[in-house]
Amino acid sequence: MARKGIRFLRRGRVVEVADFAPRTTLLDWLRIDQRATGTKEGCAEGDCGACTVVLGREREGRLVYEPVNACIMLLGQMDGAELITVEDLAQAGALHPVQAALVARHGSQCGFCTPGIVMSLFALYQEGGRPVTRETVCDALAGNLCRCTGYRPIIDAALDVCAEPPADAFESRNEATLAALRRLDDGEDVFVGEGHAFFAAPANEETLAKLLSDHPEATLLAGATDVGLWVTKGLAPLRKFISLGRVKGLEEIHDSPEVLALGAMSTHARAMGPLAGIDPDLGELMRRFGSAQVRASGTVGGNIANGSPIGDLAPALITLGAILELRQGNDRRTLPIENFFLGYRKQDRRRGEFLRSVLIPKPGPNDHIRIFKVTKRFDEDISAVMMAMRLTIKDGRIVTARVAFGGMAAIPKRALAVEKALLESRIQEGTAWAAAGEALGQDFTPLDDHRASAAYRLQVGKNLIVKALAEIAGAPSDATRIIGHREAAHAAE
Amino acid sequence: MRPNDHPAPGGVQLRHVSQPLPHDSAAKHVQGAAPYIDDLPEPAGTLHLAVGGSPMARGRLIAVDLEKVRAVPGVVAVLTAADVPGKNDISPAFGDEPLFAHGHVMFHGQPVFAVAAETRDAARRAARLGAITVVQEKPAVTVEDAEKRGDTVLPDYAFIRGDASAAIDAAPNQIAGQFRIGGQEHFYLEGQVALAIPGEDGAMHVHTSTQHPTEVQHVCARILGLPDAMVTAEVRRMGGGFGGKESQASQWAAMAALAARVTGRPCKIRLDRDDDMAMTGKRHDFRVDYAVGFDDEGRIQGVEMAFLARCGCSADLSQGVVDRTMFHADASYFLPELIISSRRLKTNTVSNTAFRGFGGPQGMLAMERIIDEIACRLGRDPLDVRKVNHYGPERDTTPYGMTVEDHDVGAAILEQLERSSNYRERREAIAGFNASSPILRKGIALTPVKFGISFTLTQLNQAGALVHVYSDGSVQLNHGGTEMGQGLYQKVAQVVAEEFGVGMDRVRVTATTTDKVPNTSPTAASSGSDLNGMAARMAARQIRDRLAILAGEHFGVPAKEVVFRDDHAFAGNESLPFAELARRAHAARIHLSAAGHYKTPKLHWDRQKGVGRPFFYFAYGAACAEVVIDTLTGENRVLRVDILHDVGRSLNPAIDIGQIEGGFVQGMGWLTTEELVYDKDGRLRTHAPSTYKIPVASDVPADFRVTLFDGENREETVYRSKAVGEPPLMLANAVFCAIADAVQSIAPGRPVPLDAPATPEAILKAIQGIVAAG
Ligand SMILES: Cc1cc2nc3c(=O)[nH]c(=O)nc-3n(C[C@H](O)[C@H](O)[C@H](O)COP(=O)(O)OP(=O)(O)OC[C@H]3O[C@@H](n4cnc5c(N)ncnc54)[C@H](O)[C@@H]3O)c2cc1C
Ligand code: FES
Ligand code: FES
Repeated sequence: MARKGIRFLRRGRVVEVADFAPRTTLLDWLRIDQRATGTKEGCAEGDCGACTVVLGREREGRLVYEPVNACIMLLGQMDGAELITVEDLAQAGALHPVQAALVARHGSQCGFCTPGIVMSLFALYQEGGRPVTRETVCDALAGNLCRCTGYRPIIDAALDVCAEPPADAFESRNEATLAALRRLDDGEDVFVGEGHAFFAAPANEETLAKLLSDHPEATLLAGATDVGLWVTKGLAPLRKFISLGRVKGLEEIHDSPEVLALGAMSTHARAMGPLAGIDPDLGELMRRFGSAQVRASGTVGGNIANGSPIGDLAPALITLGAILELRQGNDRRTLPIENFFLGYRKQDRRRGEFLRSVLIPKPGPNDHIRIFKVTKRFDEDISAVMMAMRLTIKDGRIVTARVAFGGMAAIPKRALAVEKALLESRIQEGTAWAAAGEALGQDFTPLDDHRASAAYRLQVGKNLIVKALAEIAGAPSDATRIIGHREAAHAAE
Repeated sequence: MRPNDHPAPGGVQLRHVSQPLPHDSAAKHVQGAAPYIDDLPEPAGTLHLAVGGSPMARGRLIAVDLEKVRAVPGVVAVLTAADVPGKNDISPAFGDEPLFAHGHVMFHGQPVFAVAAETRDAARRAARLGAITVVQEKPAVTVEDAEKRGDTVLPDYAFIRGDASAAIDAAPNQIAGQFRIGGQEHFYLEGQVALAIPGEDGAMHVHTSTQHPTEVQHVCARILGLPDAMVTAEVRRMGGGFGGKESQASQWAAMAALAARVTGRPCKIRLDRDDDMAMTGKRHDFRVDYAVGFDDEGRIQGVEMAFLARCGCSADLSQGVVDRTMFHADASYFLPELIISSRRLKTNTVSNTAFRGFGGPQGMLAMERIIDEIACRLGRDPLDVRKVNHYGPERDTTPYGMTVEDHDVGAAILEQLERSSNYRERREAIAGFNASSPILRKGIALTPVKFGISFTLTQLNQAGALVHVYSDGSVQLNHGGTEMGQGLYQKVAQVVAEEFGVGMDRVRVTATTTDKVPNTSPTAASSGSDLNGMAARMAARQIRDRLAILAGEHFGVPAKEVVFRDDHAFAGNESLPFAELARRAHAARIHLSAAGHYKTPKLHWDRQKGVGRPFFYFAYGAACAEVVIDTLTGENRVLRVDILHDVGRSLNPAIDIGQIEGGFVQGMGWLTTEELVYDKDGRLRTHAPSTYKIPVASDVPADFRVTLFDGENREETVYRSKAVGEPPLMLANAVFCAIADAVQSIAPGRPVPLDAPATPEAILKAIQGIVAAG
């Protein structure tokens, strides 16, 4: 029998909610149902961070605090987590160290962004265990817009307060919280609602497969960083949700010398490290993926399954030759990721089928990888153009070439003419670079929209090819790019 | 000297004023305990509103079918223009913008109807079901479209001095060109919101997130057909305003008030972010056509600048905004002969409005780019060209006939920043870097700011305050200024605490409301603390003087010998606790409440003739920015910024530095990542933070040095402070000029065809342009 309500931890107590509309967002539940108005809504689409709350969850055996956007998270996803909001930090009238630091540094003006900023910094503070630099603080804040302060005092406050390891009430009851979370993890399926409108969170693949065959039209929910917007912005009349959040095994990550296997439910935050291990550019791509909030919720599976022409993982995974593993009922199949994307928002995914995992073969010693994401703003922005390239070079000659682009067509796609132009040419020959760049015109007629014009996309696409080749030929990346220097990533290892 | 013992101009020791106290609500902000309107407990029965907007940018509105809207469960009322009992007009001055479209539509997203429902969710869903039929006409989207039609919202206007065209022709060098400057979305984090609560006899109490409660009061009264006295508008705090809640808040407050009138229930409207961005005005964007003549040192002899402003569908505040563009087209430079003209073009886009700087930034940026181009032509350092043109002795009259009396302050700031930023050495180093860097290029620029302080509509330069002292010695302060994050409440409270010599904890600031201080001006034009600080001081002084008489009698000394400090009244060695004095005053039947009123002196402005003194004084500053660009992608980053800014004698240096940094970063966003894109049908395509990119933390220069200039206001402002709200935004001009400088390195001597904002795409286009010009 499935459990009929969700359970989560709040202020040291187990909260049970059994009566909620399936599409209720966490933010609406807080602000409207609970009248807990400390958490703000600035955009309702995951971009401003005013709604940031922190979830405590067990990750790899530890209690981990992560910021999430309450505006696009559905209440049902709360099951099994600890929920912390801005009202929960001050204890017995004393400000939390993060709050005190913000006051001391004059980190708020209008104050509307502040609750979200407090929570993002609270998560950073809890992380502990690594030196916090200006860069890490900026990464932690990339999903928090502040229109008043210019951020400088907020960054300073973060550097002040994160200089010391965490020492607060949450830290001191770490063990107890972890134990309480484990008690919540009962391995039961969750089914809230009725057959025609429900929020379900099956506990294993078998019940998931069954539920999906019974309700093939239900919305599969991973991190909800895409689906949440269908609810808040599209006002989509969604009634049936099947959350993958509790399915055992889907979140697993297996890293071997040959293959990195990412379960579909690997969040970007957890996938980031192993991906960075493949190539620093992949690590940088993940660093710039959304924001800390989006990475904590959003999943690898969701990013692929969503099939967006501007999704960031697909081009990179296409060049790496990744394989998808899908399941429908008891049928399982695999296919190369590049064959998954059929047309604009149309994928090779059958009714009731779900993505289990993605297998990424590790590049060899002669493989050279470059990945570039071009946006209006470096952090928390969607690609205007995204390019990934993998060349295998033997004796100075390009023996295999895989180049894929996002933002250039209705789907993420390989640039076959470019690949052809590269093949068999010598990496040190500048003439080959230009020819490869020019070939891009045969591959794509790019999109023309508010992110960039078609002409810009094509020109930048060409230039990125030249840039990647120059780097692979030996140009140090601190002479070819403004951020994401590969040398720095190596030095940090 | 202890830091809290700053000598004031009169030699008095200040205890509160000049202190870097935190924002009045800082501790509440960080705990989520500072309520904004949507956080207030909703009165029982509160309904929620959502708006249905026009699907077309221009056309005849022939039918609005709301059957499906009404049928949605939870919907209580649907409102259209037909429901307005008063006048269907929300415009601030010119009577040209309706609450709900009627007869025709003027921009895409223009409100046509509103739904009031039991929940916000039901209202939003219902609002999407409205069937609005418009016979489409071709919209005017760009200034060129509007120019072709000859459509303006207000008459053309110009400043003329001498014979500019002859002066240009006679000059040894000439340049002519065209430059485009983009608009800007305010992106206050708290969107537009209002809660209207109906009262007895038809009265209405409106909680409104506005910089201009008096205007909200007027507009609500006009819509409801009520006298102003029947409407109260109240605002405790806004989650940001930046000009976007000066005139733009009225419409939503009025909609809520109308719904409250129709349904008899409290009604709340909180716009969804996408609606907010589509339905509210923005910073004006411009095309600037210019011609300039100059001597071999770069000194301007004559200049013609034509500003074509996209005003949108109505006049709104475009008269003042575009005037201010013209007032600042001189930037910091003396222009001997000139024509500075402007056209206020009417387009089928949302009506553009106030935004921090109020048109000034666009005027200044255009002039700074002209200076850059002069430097490029002559092969001189742009800073040298800036200096030869700077206002100075004998060269001190602005295009509008006002004398710049303290040009030495601007010049001193430039000199000081040039030294402290190591501008010259860094320029050398950058030239070296660029010589050996084919892909990445750096650029540097040092630009000044001179910003005129006062409303150019003279009547707005007044303010009121109301101060009560209670018999326990606690003080309540109220004034017409609104708190939007700029720290106004704290600054004014510091002034009042100083007057009474009491601790800050005794001074309670209460929400701005039209029933305490009437007929207020908007909190705008950077004037908040100048005006309200003075008004509050005048109110406090009246009470203090009354208390001094009583204390004098008690001590047996003349009243003027009584000193108020440290929560006591002192005379020689004797003292009386302030609370005790207040108690005695009440017992002695002394009036412990006073209203203060202040009006800015020295102002006169004849718009017809284009001469006068529209500004009480100027605020100065300068910034030096260093950037790097990627010539393959146009990506860019600001590496270092040095700022020296003049706030006079600061009322609160922490708050002032916050304004400077925040203003700069907002200006930087305007000129780099923030791009408003309208399609050919007049639809705004960048109507959410997913597509409209304001700066995030990593965009702020890692090396960011901000210093307050050591000086005081030459005019008698409150404690000789200077306004600080808007001027710092224009410090960001240095970023734009530095990016242009980096592009310039590719082909010295050729003008850089870079329009604002300098997005990666704009930069790459400029690079292609400068290369192609060879
Ligand atoms: C502020 C913000 C910033 C963002 N930035 C980026 C960015 O930089 N780069 C980028 O690429 N994207 C970005 N996104 C988009 C989004 O975050 C990603 O696409 C994310 O990976 C989606 O994962 P999710 O788990 O949240 O998916 P969900 O929203 O839960 O689901 C997305 C879709 O995939 C389906 N789905 C999910 N899992 C499975 C499965 N296992 N099997 C079958 N179908 C499944 C769902 O049914 C749904 O159709 C951003 C989004 C936001 C809100
Ligand atoms: S409200 Fe903006 S991210 Fe949630
Ligand atoms: S303090 Fe106003 S948005 Fe951050």
